[in-house]
Parts: sequence; C-alpha cells; structure tokens
Amino acid sequence: MAFSFLFLLLVAICIAFYLAGRKRVESARLQGIKFHSLPNYHGLWTALLAFVPAGGLLITWSIVDIQLFQHWVRDFYPADVIVSGGSQLVVALAKVENMVAGVRFGEPEAWVVQASDAWTSWASTSTWMKTITVLVLAVALGLYGYRQIEPSFRARNGVERIFSGALIAASTLAILTTLGIVFSVLFETIRFFQLVPPTDFIFGTEWNPQFEGAERAGSGGGTATYGMLPMFAGTFLISTIALVVAVPVGLASAIYLAEYARPKARATIKPLLEILAGVPTVVYGFFAALTVAPLIKNVGEALGLTVASESALAAGLVMGVMIIPFVSSLSDDVINSVPQSLRDAAYGLGSTKSETTRQVVLPAALPGIVAAVILAVSRAVGETMIVVMAAGLAANLSFNPLDAVTTVTSQIVTILVGDQEFESAKTLSAFALSTMLIILTLGLNFFALQIVKKYREQYD
Amino acid sequence: MTDNAFKGLSPQEATARVQASLKQRKAKESRFRLMGASAIGLALLFLVVLFAGILIKGVPGLFQYYVTLDVDLTAERLDPKGDLSVESLYSGDADALVLEAALKSIGEEGGRKTKKALRKMYSSGSGIRLIEYIQANPKHLGTTQSIKFAVDDDIDSFLRGFIQRETPQEDRRIDDLTISIVDKWNEAGLISYELSDYLFFGSASRDAEMAGIKGALVGSLITLFICISIAFPLGVAAAVYLEEIAPKNRFTEIIEININNLAAVPSVVFGIMGLAIFIVTFGMPRSVPLVGGIVLALMTLPTIIISSRAAIRAVPPSIRDAALGIGASKMQTIFHHVLPLAMPGMLTGTIIGMAQALGETAPLLMIGMVAFIVDIPAGFTDPATVLPVQIFMWADFAERMFIQKTSAAIIVLLAFLITMNAAAILLRKKLERRW
Repeated sequence: MAFSFLFLLLVAICIAFYLAGRKRVESARLQGIKFHSLPNYHGLWTALLAFVPAGGLLITWSIVDIQLFQHWVRDFYPADVIVSGGSQLVVALAKVENMVAGVRFGEPEAWVVQASDAWTSWASTSTWMKTITVLVLAVALGLYGYRQIEPSFRARNGVERIFSGALIAASTLAILTTLGIVFSVLFETIRFFQLVPPTDFIFGTEWNPQFEGAERAGSGGGTATYGMLPMFAGTFLISTIALVVAVPVGLASAIYLAEYARPKARATIKPLLEILAGVPTVVYGFFAALTVAPLIKNVGEALGLTVASESALAAGLVMGVMIIPFVSSLSDDVINSVPQSLRDAAYGLGSTKSETTRQVVLPAALPGIVAAVILAVSRAVGETMIVVMAAGLAANLSFNPLDAVTTVTSQIVTILVGDQEFESAKTLSAFALSTMLIILTLGLNFFALQIVKKYREQYD
Repeated sequence: MTDNAFKGLSPQEATARVQASLKQRKAKESRFRLMGASAIGLALLFLVVLFAGILIKGVPGLFQYYVTLDVDLTAERLDPKGDLSVESLYSGDADALVLEAALKSIGEEGGRKTKKALRKMYSSGSGIRLIEYIQANPKHLGTTQSIKFAVDDDIDSFLRGFIQRETPQEDRRIDDLTISIVDKWNEAGLISYELSDYLFFGSASRDAEMAGIKGALVGSLITLFICISIAFPLGVAAAVYLEEIAPKNRFTEIIEININNLAAVPSVVFGIMGLAIFIVTFGMPRSVPLVGGIVLALMTLPTIIISSRAAIRAVPPSIRDAALGIGASKMQTIFHHVLPLAMPGMLTGTIIGMAQALGETAPLLMIGMVAFIVDIPAGFTDPATVLPVQIFMWADFAERMFIQKTSAAIIVLLAFLITMNAAAILLRKKLERRW
C-alpha cells in the first residue's frame, strides 16, 4: 500500500516537473529566444531526472528492506530453532510474518511477539525514511534539471541517451532471463548431486522418491531411489507416439497446402489448422483423460488387451494432434521456399506433379522438414499438462504404449506443486530433472537451427 | 556427333511404353493428392471432434437444476437484531427456514428421516443464498416469497439421467426416499433447468452445484494485466533496439540467440525459475497474480519481440530516410514514424502472446496458483487462481457434476481465446498497410 502510494506520488511529482519545464521553455520561446531542443524535451529531461534515480531507489529499497528484516529477525529466534536450521527457520519466519500481518493462530510464543514488534518498528522507520529520501531525491534532482534549462542546453540528446539506455536494458532482459533459468536450476541441481551421485541419477532405472517421508516418519525400510531413466523412457515413448500421429498428417497436409491447394483454400485451411496449436494444453489434457483414455481402454479390452486406464497411448495421441500444426506450418514454409525453377525443370522433363514433389521438392526441402520435426519433438518433450492429466505417475520402465508411464515434466509438476522443503532430495530432484529437460530441449533446438542454417546456405 | 548409329527405342515403341505407364502414373498422382487431402481432412476432423466433445459436455454445464421453494421470510427469525446487518443475518435461522419451506413443498410434517433426506437435496449454500436474497430485497422481509435454490449435485445428476432409477438402492448415490421427493417436486412443477448463476458469479467450492469461475476469471484478468504491462513495453523496446539501433556485434548476437532459445524453453521451466527466483530468493508470496504475471511476461516476451521485429522490418526504409532527410533525429524517426506504423503488427503479436499466456497452466502450478481460494482476488498480491488452473483442479474432482462444470469453464476459456485471436486477425486486416 505504501509502495503504490509513494510510487503514484512520485509519478505526480514528475508530471509536475514535466509541465513546469515545458512551460518555461514555451514562454521563453514566445519572447523570441531560440532553444536547441523543443519544449517537450526540456520537460521530459526534467521529469526523467526526477524520476529515474528516485524510482530506482524506491524499488531497490522496497526489495532490500524485507530481506534485511528477515535477516535481523533471526536474533529473536530461540536457540534450538537456529541449531536445527532448515525448515525450522522457515516455520519461524512464517510465524513472525503472520504475526506482523495480524494473523494469529492460537497464543503466540513470547519471542514471536517480540520479533514482530521489532519488525513492525523497523518497518515503520524504513517506510518513513524511504518516503523522505525518495521524495527529497526526486524534488532535488527535478529542481536541478529545471535550473539546467537554457537555450544552449541539449535536452533532446540527454533524453535520447536515456531512452537508448532503456531500450538496451529491455533487450538485455532476454539474457537475464536465460541466466535466471540457468542459475535457478543449476544450484539446486548441484545440491542434489551432493545427496545423490550423478551416475545413480543418470543411469538409474528405478524412480522411487517417496520413501524419504516414510524414513523420517520412523517407519524406515527401503531407501529412495532417483534414477531418471524411467521418466525419460516415458517421455520418449509418448513423444514417439505423438510424432507417429503428427509427422505423417502434418507433412501430408503441408504438401497438399503448398503444392495442390488453391490460394483461397490455403488461406482458410492454414489458420484452421493453427487453431489446434492455440487450444490451451489443459483442454487437451482434459480431453485426453476423459474422452480418449476411456475410449482406448474400452476398445483395447474388447480386443482382449490389458490397457492401463492412464495409458501412454491416450496422452501420445492427443499430444500428436496438438503438434500437427507445428509440423505442417513449418514444413509448408520450407516447401514454399524451394525455388520454382527446380519444379519447372522437373515438369519440363515430363514428371507429374506428385513425381516432382516426391523426387525433387521433398529432397530439396528435407533439411527444413527435419528441422520442423525436431522442433515438434522439442515441443512434445516439454509439454506438461497433457501428460500430467492423462499419463499418470507410475514410473514404469516400459515401451508398451498401453502401459501407464510417467514423464519428466509430469514428475516435475508433481514434486513441485504445493509446499515443499528445499532441503529434501525429493524436491531437489525436480530441479535436476529440469536441468536435463532444458539441456534436451535446447539441444534439440540448437540442432534444428544448425540444420536450417546449412539449408539456407544452399539456396540463397 | 559420334559415328555409332543411335540404337534406342523407335519412336513408336517409346510412345507405347509411355502410354502404358501413363495410366499408372496418373493413378499414383491422384493417390498422392488424395493422401494430402485426407491428411488435412483428418486434422480438421480432430479439430471438430475436440470442439464437439467440449461443447456437448460443456453446454449442459452452463445450466443447472433449481428447485423453487416458498419461503416464509419471518423477520424475527431471519434478522434477530432487526438491523439487517451481516452479523444479525448470519446469526439468524436461514437454514431452518429453507428446510421448513422444503418440507412444506412436499406437504409433510416430515419425520427425522425425511428431514435428513431433504437437507441433502438442496445445495448446502441455500441458507447463504437466502441471506443474500434478503440483503438484495429487504422489503420482502415478513412476506412469503418463491425463491429458487440450486439442487444438490447428486440430485442434479439424477435429473440429468446419470443416476438411474433402476439401479438397486444400495448401489445408488441417492436413496428411494430422495427419489420419491424429487418426483413430488417434479409433479408440482417446482424443478427448473436454468442458466447457472453459480457458474458465473460463484467462486471455487468443493460443492459441485455451487462452484463457479468468477474468482478464477478475475484472477486471470489481473494476471493478464500484469503480464501485458510488463511484456508489451519491454518487448517493443527490445524489438526497436534490435531492429533499429543495435550495431552488428557479438553482444547483439548473444541477445538474439537468447531470444530464440527462450522461445524454445518449455513453459514449465519458466515456472521453476519463478519459484526459485521470485518466491524462494526474493521472498515474494505464493499464489499471487503479481508473480504469475511476471513469469508469464517473461514467457511471452520472445513471442512479442519476434513479432514486433517483423512488424518493424515491414516498415519501408523510405519512411525512415524521409524523416531523417527533413532533420529528425534517429529517436524521433523511430518514435514518431516507425513505431506508429509498426504498431498494428506489434499489437497483433502482443494479443497472440496474451492468448498464449491466458491458456498457460504449468508455470502457474509451480508458483502455487493452484491453491483453493474462495475469495475473489481484488489486487495484485491477493492469493488467486486462474481459469486454466481452475479447469485443471476441477478435472481432478470425482463428482459427476464437476465434469460438466469443467467443460463449461473450458467453453468460457475458449470463448476468450477465440475472441482475442479474432481481434488480432481483425486488427491486422483493418490496420495493416501494404507498401
């Protein structure tokens, strides 16, 4: 509340400075003084000078102070909490934060009350100091900017420098996001590998993380095993089924659209197919679990087969439907970019259209088509909701499409949904799985781009 | 050219061979063509089956059964303190009044058994519904009014025919007594099948008949608002920098590689990043639209950047040259000329990115937007859930009625997505300029 109010106040101050700066230049110009920059830029310069440092300070302060409080409040914890560490610290912090927020569960302990009182007083001091510093900084810099206004002052150049800086900052966000992804999984993965040897994880054929809870509860017996192979086998199986559906259908559609369809039909059919890619995956998951899976089970049992109610086939088929447009749209573009001269040459030799397509166009477009298929694979590997809803959680190392299998993504979701302790190997295993998933999808993507690049060199 | 005489086929023989193979080749041609056409037919069939399946299940989910009861709105019992305040109404006897009205509707005093059966036949939220009715119509206090109450989800399933009368009593979710009461209600014409007000104005509930999507829808809109206010400016700024300003060097190349890679990262990974960075490291609360919006913004950013770059590239260089020629600075050229001309394309890309964000589930599960939240979120940091996650949660519930409600929620979600995509297409058609 304090933050948004202060922010709005800051914005109001900046608008005032903008208007004041512009007005000053405008009135001076009426008296015939020539300025280097337009009034607009003088106003903007004044406002930006007031806004940028103060706004930055406000945001940094608001993020940092809570972190500081969380650190300071540890002085209030009883000794045993600090000694046992880990989740105890989280619980203690939650108690204090609840108390500060005015949520009470039963009679709070004495130290919680003290800690929350201290927290409240820190918070109010911090808010006051923050308000004063930010406002003083904004007004001081704004006044400084206002005083800078004179005919020779290059306000436009200053404003443009700031804008240009903002544009660069916006584009580095992509790098920051990548770094964020890498670091967020990397550290936890390293911690996981300290608990579980990497070879056990990468080559293990058994996935059974739930024993840990039993151990702690005192029932003992058995150890948790973290072998990733069953999940990757499951992912592989479901993706293969999906490709068996998507590649023939998608490729044949692309050929028809590129070579046979009239432009008008093409203009209608292509967006229609792309609807399939636009349907939310949760809808596909619902459809797979409620319509396709029971159908497959009934048909299979009528034929005398044993079908798991959450079979890989159901998830794979529906996922295949979802990735048809990825294959068809990309392949269609590739086929269209094959030079017409190649086709004309084949026609000139007397080939029919299908012969031309099969023997000339497709071989020429093959690298691009392969790239499209690889991108579709990467999409299938990373797909989450369909498998979470329709493929089940049984970590079977099986290649029978009628069995229930689990996948990397569905395990990640299962482990990380809800509250977790960041100390346990089970939670950390999800991060290790994500690392593998990222390596796999980025590897596929890189491979596809490499192929496309090579292909481009041939015809441009 | 050579001395050897040409020893090939004679023209007649060649013609004969070609003629013979021609029929086969033509058959092959038409088979090939048919294959392509049937592939498209198959893909479109999938589309039709998917939508038909959702519509067939979902349209009945937009409706539900209500029973009309004549309730004596006794002032003393409903509003013991007589000031219509919330405390007074909730300390009143609304539940008992509904039960009495239900007993009256079947014309019985009713033993304990009948009462017990009846209580399970209308929604357990009926008392609250009565209180809300009084709050909306305080003048009706002291009169007798016909008010519609939702029937319990088992009764609803029975009325839809999912629970058969013929099934032996012990295998049925409702007993014979209940069925006889339903028959009485039916004879008296008290049962009606209407557009469900709980679906659109109710919040999450474990009771299927009272579950609604309002909370999730509001959560979705708040999340989307945060997402668009972060992703659109940043995406456009990055696109402008990369297309108009960036020098061709290693740094620019790294940015471009990163954008392409981010577009290929599975969405669930963005959720993991949100969990590890925003929730664990920055200590932001779980289940809030603020974090959800940021994560979705980072996820849709590549889509927006890529389409915005295409839009900027489509603005002809002559526009820039003309602006520069009459003395505009580089920034003035970009902000006064290039951006306004590229805006329709950028907006189209943004809408498509937002549609993608609206349908996204997996990353939001990671950051805890899957909690059971009854209150309708009112701000960026109120716990909330979103429509796709609500669909995911409902899909897990066992009650028959939730299947219809889930499908109905899917219809609402698809309606939003189709509207957004149609808006994008219209925008492109209307504003796009061919140079």
